[in-house]
Amino acid sequence: MATIKELEALEEIETGKKYSRTSLYKDAWKRLRKNKLAMLGLLIVILLILIAIFASLISPYNPIERIKEDSSLGPSIKHFFGTDLLGRDIFSRVIYGSRVSIEVGVIAVGISVVIGLFFGALSGYFGGLSDAVIMRVADIFFAFPYILGAIAIMTILGPGIVNIFIAIGILGWASIARIFRSSILTIKNKEYIEAARAMGASNNRIIMKHIFPNSFAPIIVYATMNVGTAIIVEAALSFLGIGVQPPTPAWGKMLADSMSYIDVAPWMMFFPGLAILITVLGFVLLGDGLRDAFDPKLK
Amino acid sequence: MFYFILRRILQIIPVIIGVTLILFTLMYIIPEDPAKLILEKGATPEALQNLRVKMGIDKPVYVQYWRYIKQLAKGDLGTSYRYRRSVNSILADHYPNSIKLALAAIIIEVIIGIFAGIVSAVKKFSFWDILVTISTTIAVCVPVYWLGMMLQVAFGLKLGWLPMSGMGDGSLRYYILPAITLASVSTAFVARMTRSTMLEVLSNDYITTAYAKGLSNNMVIGKHALKNALIPVVTLIGVDLGSLMGGAILTETVFNWPGVGRTIYLAILQRDAPVVIGGTIILVIIFVAMNLIVDIVYALLDPRIRYEKKEIQI
Repeated sequence: MATIKELEALEEIETGKKYSRTSLYKDAWKRLRKNKLAMLGLLIVILLILIAIFASLISPYNPIERIKEDSSLGPSIKHFFGTDLLGRDIFSRVIYGSRVSIEVGVIAVGISVVIGLFFGALSGYFGGLSDAVIMRVADIFFAFPYILGAIAIMTILGPGIVNIFIAIGILGWASIARIFRSSILTIKNKEYIEAARAMGASNNRIIMKHIFPNSFAPIIVYATMNVGTAIIVEAALSFLGIGVQPPTPAWGKMLADSMSYIDVAPWMMFFPGLAILITVLGFVLLGDGLRDAFDPKLK
Repeated sequence: MFYFILRRILQIIPVIIGVTLILFTLMYIIPEDPAKLILEKGATPEALQNLRVKMGIDKPVYVQYWRYIKQLAKGDLGTSYRYRRSVNSILADHYPNSIKLALAAIIIEVIIGIFAGIVSAVKKFSFWDILVTISTTIAVCVPVYWLGMMLQVAFGLKLGWLPMSGMGDGSLRYYILPAITLASVSTAFVARMTRSTMLEVLSNDYITTAYAKGLSNNMVIGKHALKNALIPVVTLIGVDLGSLMGGAILTETVFNWPGVGRTIYLAILQRDAPVVIGGTIILVIIFVAMNLIVDIVYALLDPRIRYEKKEIQI
């Protein structure tokens, strides 16, 4: 019997066309490239990462340096976004603030993905009692008001960026676990898994080699969207004063500081908020685009 | 149907017990002595010890937890460390304010969200549709407290039309800004949901039939399409009422609204464990209860759901 490759080679000779095989990810990338909004999202995300990496080159001032004679100035050529009451350049602070947001987005969501994948695999692949227990625990996490949970954990761990990673990481696992579980359940009964088992593959091998690559697409989509949520929650925690601590510039903290001066210095609150909005928008657009790209039927 | 409802109610109980367990453990880890919170600084060690015995906090944590659960079953949420009042009465003071704010937000959500959704579905790809799509995408990404602050500056400070914060005498003027802020994200979701279900319904054969009968556009959309399109939207709004109360923490902080979200937040900062646990339990109960009601209503409307759930459990 001829293999697929041989058949392709035959067809190439007959039709004179080059036959190219595509993977799920190649197809998805093709579709993603055609989606303008998703590309805008991707552009925002890449730009943001570059800004965070090269913050020291881009920002004209030191974000924690206090220039006394320049305090509480409105936006101008010298200070694009104005200065705060301590004379710190808001443009530079917004630039540096992207670091906190990106770190939280990537690391916290990374933690929740790892936890979620582990329990999702346990639950979906083995089923039975472990499934029932894990899903009930996930129910509890869903019923818990997200922001309240984050506040409660932060109060116990104390403020600081590492604790934000932990708090958001712990709270976000349930949705990832559920999605991974349901995609495992659909894949588990497919013929190729049965074939692998018939050939004597171990559980570990089946999960890592067969189920994982095939159920990873929805995880990428949800993780991307969760990054947006994580950034909003971090900003909220910093806004409430239990997140990132001064002097580290964080957008939420800048908004909290500006709250007492909204009557004298409204520009202080405008730009950090805009930065959060654009960042989250980038991740949401990219997430939406990825969802459509991986599963065109859903649209 | 009876078994469906019974099963859903039974599923809730472990969730609520789990939440109390997590909260209790979390608040217990906080290394602070409640007796020191209650008594003044100069209290003698004996007085502190007496109070600890009286409060039962000298006992191991599982004994305390069991006692709390027994009290909870009777509806007693304990006594606040800070205010030395019963948690029930503190929450009773603040819950109505939060519920009123949530209802005001729901009204905005329903009116603006559904209207925007219908317009953008009926006039698909028109200017209005694009406007709705863009503004809902942005609304989902806006940090609520930032939106609240912007509204405060614009309408409270610059224009002077509306009060900037607080509840004042409780008149409608005080509700407008916080309600808009609280409703922003949900309104966007309602609009999107209405648009997509409406588009789905409009592609059905009976809509074509209705047009073929010569019915007016308003008649077809208002009578035939809307009723069917709104079922999922109504469920979304039902679930939202539950989550709006918990999500109000930021809105209530920005607007200094004397609601339950802000009360819990302040209690967390003050390490007032009974208020935190009690307030959160009530929030969770409201949340799961709303979900339950929505599920039951849905199952009544659509019998397929009752059977679907059984299959999933295999």
